Amino acid sequence: MEAMVKIKINNTPLRVAQGTTILDAAKELNIKIPTLCYHPDLCIAGSCRICVVEEKRARTLLASCCTPVAEGMEILTNTKKVRTARKHIIAMMLSEHAENCVHCFKNMNCELQSLSREYSVETQNLINICKPEELDISSPSIKKDFAKCIRCQRCVRTCADLQHVTALTAAHKGSEMKIATFLEKPLAEVVCTNCGQCVNRCPTGALTEQSYVEAVWNAINSPDKHVVVQTAPAVRVAIGEELGYDPGNRLTGKMVTALKRIGFNTVFDTDFTADLTIMEEGTELLTRLKKALKDKEPAPLPQYTSCSPGWIKYIEHEFPDQLEKVSTCKSPQQMFGALAKTYYAQKAEVDPKDIVVVSIMPCTAKKFEAGRPEMWSSGFRDVDYVLTTRELALMIEQTGIDFRNLEPSHFDSLMGMSTGAGVIFGATGGVMEAAIRTVYEIVTGREIPFKNLEVAPVRGMEGVKEASLKLEGCLPEWDFLEGVELRVAVAHGLVNARKVAKQVEAGNSPYHFIEIMACPGGCLGGGGQPIPTNCDIRLARAKAIYEEDESMELRKSHENPEVTMIYKDFLKEPLGHKSHKLLHTTYTKRKKY
Amino acid sequence: MTKTDIINEHTKKVNLIFEDCNCWDIIDKVLSMPPDAVLSDINASGLKGRGGAGFPTGLKWKSAKEQPSNERFVICNADEGEPGTFKDRQILHERAHKVFTGMTLCAHTIGNVSKGYLYLRAEYNDLLERLQKDLDEFNEGLKARNFPFTINIISGSGAYVCGEETALLDSMEGKRGEPRNKPPFPTVSGFKGKPTVINNVETLVYCTMIMLIGPEEFLKLGTKDSRGAKVFCISGDADVKGIYELELGMKVDEFVELFGDGDTKAVQVGGSSGHCVPRKKFSETFLGFEGVPTGGSMMLFNSSRSMYHVLHNYLEFFQEESCGLCTPCRIGCQQLLRGIEAVKRGEKPSTYLDELIAMARTMRIASKCGLGQSVPNPFISIVENFREEIIY
Repeated sequence: MEAMVKIKINNTPLRVAQGTTILDAAKELNIKIPTLCYHPDLCIAGSCRICVVEEKRARTLLASCCTPVAEGMEILTNTKKVRTARKHIIAMMLSEHAENCVHCFKNMNCELQSLSREYSVETQNLINICKPEELDISSPSIKKDFAKCIRCQRCVRTCADLQHVTALTAAHKGSEMKIATFLEKPLAEVVCTNCGQCVNRCPTGALTEQSYVEAVWNAINSPDKHVVVQTAPAVRVAIGEELGYDPGNRLTGKMVTALKRIGFNTVFDTDFTADLTIMEEGTELLTRLKKALKDKEPAPLPQYTSCSPGWIKYIEHEFPDQLEKVSTCKSPQQMFGALAKTYYAQKAEVDPKDIVVVSIMPCTAKKFEAGRPEMWSSGFRDVDYVLTTRELALMIEQTGIDFRNLEPSHFDSLMGMSTGAGVIFGATGGVMEAAIRTVYEIVTGREIPFKNLEVAPVRGMEGVKEASLKLEGCLPEWDFLEGVELRVAVAHGLVNARKVAKQVEAGNSPYHFIEIMACPGGCLGGGGQPIPTNCDIRLARAKAIYEEDESMELRKSHENPEVTMIYKDFLKEPLGHKSHKLLHTTYTKRKKY
Repeated sequence: MTKTDIINEHTKKVNLIFEDCNCWDIIDKVLSMPPDAVLSDINASGLKGRGGAGFPTGLKWKSAKEQPSNERFVICNADEGEPGTFKDRQILHERAHKVFTGMTLCAHTIGNVSKGYLYLRAEYNDLLERLQKDLDEFNEGLKARNFPFTINIISGSGAYVCGEETALLDSMEGKRGEPRNKPPFPTVSGFKGKPTVINNVETLVYCTMIMLIGPEEFLKLGTKDSRGAKVFCISGDADVKGIYELELGMKVDEFVELFGDGDTKAVQVGGSSGHCVPRKKFSETFLGFEGVPTGGSMMLFNSSRSMYHVLHNYLEFFQEESCGLCTPCRIGCQQLLRGIEAVKRGEKPSTYLDELIAMARTMRIASKCGLGQSVPNPFISIVENFREEIIY
């Protein structure tokens, strides 16, 4: 039994567990205390001081986010002293902040702006001390506008605690203190993985995605361009949050209609290439296992997944010696781009030079991935523009669509059909589950022996998940796998990825196959998803993803008829010559600085 | 009697810090005492921390001792960065053994301490070689006595904020020196998360001397709230400058009489983060915890000085030395500095000073650590007492 302490908040007596912060204790009474540097996903900083409250015996105000309750505390959250202090603090922040709200990407979705309204900071008497000169647009993914930074260090803590990347850190002190990269180099030249988790947690517009909305409008408005759009699985369960829905709404059909209304010529689904990825990557895994177990030759195991571009950049910097273990499969986005400008171009009889491929992604790292020099296998840049879920919502608004009242519609055919296996790519463990559904069936000729095709151990929000599956009754072609315990692991968030990769580095990793997603929760918690994010929101999105899977007629990648068709008509076979050229890639060893 | 004679009278009365003594005798005596008895002596002496904050030393030791742990640490805070303070340097130069002894006594008292650290201000690195030599001998001496405790020196990196004890801990752990959230206090979770006592150089020497002369002798000095004596660093427009150990409880007018040049208009007590006492308040202001507390710095200003420049200088210092972590301190320091400049230039009305004072009051109660909380001390005391000098 946890020790309890008796306190009073705004004269209401309360008993809470020892160690509870004042902020959390106040929540129990439905008292909201404003916060800025606090974020539920991150360790406590206690630096912005906006959450200060009065305690009768204390000499100073107390920051409620970082002060644990103590027996007999009498806390007041809304006294003149508290309000005055908060007003001062907001005014101070505003004096350091570029107040050009109407021109800001985060206009109306800015925590500083909301607080300023809430506390009626109507006049600004303080002297403007904003340093406007530093705008870093070097990265294709993330824009860093220091003039809007309030030094809350949420980004720093995100980069360190959740991602173990520390591309961003606090530098200098006093008035010169800033959030900087190593040696204040441009973001594009440091270890940044472009994951955008910092963007998701920045309370202001200091960190945003590089926006390509105008470029996409230009393409749509060019009569000689044929604009093809693809949407990632995690977008459909999150787009609603930007449009006034609660988290966890599945809006696939409405989203497709909206995309058509916006004016895209063809609306396809990245889930299609997710299914295709399973065919390629599953076959690759089986090939590696065969090499190791049957031919007794060294094979690059465990095999890492390659769908997450944040993870790819991370491993290139942090564990370059392990790159051979990464599946050579391109991510579904890039497979799609290469096929859109070859397979689709042929079928639709459009000159690939006129095709513009746009992706709607829950991700900022995809913007970087699309620009990688190796992603030109169609002879053109495979994916031209990548928009985040947030940017798509903006385009929907700009189009003047009454989203709630839209009739749902279907993706266009050829590369628009998907299975439940493709959908769950959007959640951590989803790629693994999809792979298991297919690989097991290829090897044994039977469906996986789990109720409802659910591979429960790889689902959920635990940082590193593991599972094993004994392969029995294998088909003759796969007899070398008979009795083999297939061991897999799933990690999400780079801090967890690191744990798994360290194990591989030490040579004691027990796994055959490891799924890694750079972002907490997988793509549904991606850096391009609606803001705010927290564990509850991510769980709601995950629930929606699995519901979407369950609602689908086809649940296994190898059953996708359009996948079957593309192999028959175009690719011939997994890991074949054409696949190799269009669907597989290489990686680059990078340094840490 | 000349001034020097009077000052000599005063310094003869109390000579605890710089007096030479045989530290090994003290150590042998204390190591044979039960730790609780040592603690009880330190408690009885009424000694409060001499770094400026004045936390009762016995209470600090007791808190660390009572925190269950198989490992505790003792740290000497020699990050003497407060402008106008230069006593610890002299103590380390002349009487380092007494500092090491104080740390050893503390280690014995709180128990389970195998390592102590002296966190030395980066600017004092010229002392390093000699200190290390003294320390090596000292550590040998402890070894010979089979007392399992060694002291190491850690050199700081030059940030003022690292004198704040939790920023000091972060700095020692190789992190960026920023104050931690409190609670937990260092005595509960300090260096490497272990219970840690962090004492100022001078405090540790007083501990040594209390164990030599006994708490009763110490209690005879000073006042009820400010027991004992204190080392003062006198600078500015003073006839007599330097380092003097004086009994606590002196009034500012008495002090100015002794050290001033006859034209003192203000005394900045406690360095740039302390209070400015104007002439009209000299007779009513005590130097001690019941009046204006001080870490030792006494800066005297005569009528030729512009208090605007004095304040400007302090604020420039603070806007650079704030760690930049918390909003009130990082931005507040800049706003106060730019604010008085704007008033001086006529860009802001003189009433803007009142807004700045109100903002400074927020800094005092909302800043994360002692740095931001004490910037308002010089600001408010100088602006309130020398308003005309700020405006015109």
